Amino acid sequence: MTPRPTRVTLTGDGPVLVAGPVEVELPDGTVVRSDRSVTALCVCRRSRNAPFCDTSHRRRVR
Amino acid sequence: MSADPRLPAPRGPLSDAVIEALRSGVTVLPAVERADPYGEDLQLALYCLYELHYRGFAGVPDEREWDPAVLTIRAAMEHAFLDRLRADVEPGDDVTAELDALLVEPVEPAGLSQYLRTTGEPWHVREYVTHRSLYHLKEADPQAWVIPRLSGAVKAGLVTVEHDEYGAGDARRMHSELFAEMMRALDLDPAYGAHLDAAPAETLAEVNLMSYCGLHRGMRGALIGQFAAVELTSSPGSDRLVRAFRRLGLPDAAIAFYAEHVEADAVHEQVVRRNVIAPLLASEPHLAADVVFGIRAAEFLADRFADRVLARWTRGASSLRG
Repeated sequence: MTPRPTRVTLTGDGPVLVAGPVEVELPDGTVVRSDRSVTALCVCRRSRNAPFCDTSHRRRVR
Repeated sequence: MSADPRLPAPRGPLSDAVIEALRSGVTVLPAVERADPYGEDLQLALYCLYELHYRGFAGVPDEREWDPAVLTIRAAMEHAFLDRLRADVEPGDDVTAELDALLVEPVEPAGLSQYLRTTGEPWHVREYVTHRSLYHLKEADPQAWVIPRLSGAVKAGLVTVEHDEYGAGDARRMHSELFAEMMRALDLDPAYGAHLDAAPAETLAEVNLMSYCGLHRGMRGALIGQFAAVELTSSPGSDRLVRAFRRLGLPDAAIAFYAEHVEADAVHEQVVRRNVIAPLLASEPHLAADVVFGIRAAEFLADRFADRVLARWTRGASSLRG
């Protein structure tokens, strides 16, 4: 049986959602692990909790 | 195993009658009409009756949970509370606009997390955590009641978030356990129910709204709105709390709970919008107004809580009941 592919969701205005526990390899070679059933990866580069989303992509209003 | 929670001290005729009825086994039906729906007396009485569905109280037989006389009093108080909320909260049915309004961050944030981040002292942190313990020591429990009222994609989406709240199979990572860990690190009693007497009506009302919406199938839309309001706004607020705790030099064990919520609720926001609210409105579009009510009622009660606490803190007074 072919294993079910991992679903990756591009939210467009926010993070990339990856299903299942993941290991993320960073540019410097270190690996961080997330055991969540869904992980939100920062792609806006504003997160203070990189590589994970911390909602810093949100629009700021006065 | 800790002892069952103790019944609290009454705060007026209604809570006195309810607590006495639970303690003695006698069932009396006090008049509810004259009580302030947001007041200390009614909110405490309602909170006690909801607790029968969670962990109960020492000395109160488990069977009282379904005692018709107790349920009758509870229903009268629920009507008073909900009627007042419906009068105070503007109705609406545009869920998308409501969610979009929650998904922006003010350039200059206000509120309790901002106060703690900029000027809070350790005693403010301990008070804040004491208030929050009323919910977080049973975090995700009120929302778990909605699960059997849902089906298909909505149910799967909600359980995804709940599973994470309950530690995804690891009891040590359960959010209520991380919260208890933080309480220990702050030298606060982490026992369930230990701070009920210290919690004012504004604190209890937020939890009572969750319990009400969780226990009534007809309020499933409002429960999901309430859940969304919390999950969508929690991440930035938790980040401010992490920075407050770091600024105050609090230990890592105290910081872990809010650090976890920065990351977890950034995920939960996405899951709640995409996998809970979207399929809910696709399958039950008539619930849109209830979802908006849940969001607005939760925000309204959160604002009342913040107003009370800030009013006390800005004059150097405790926000807890003495």
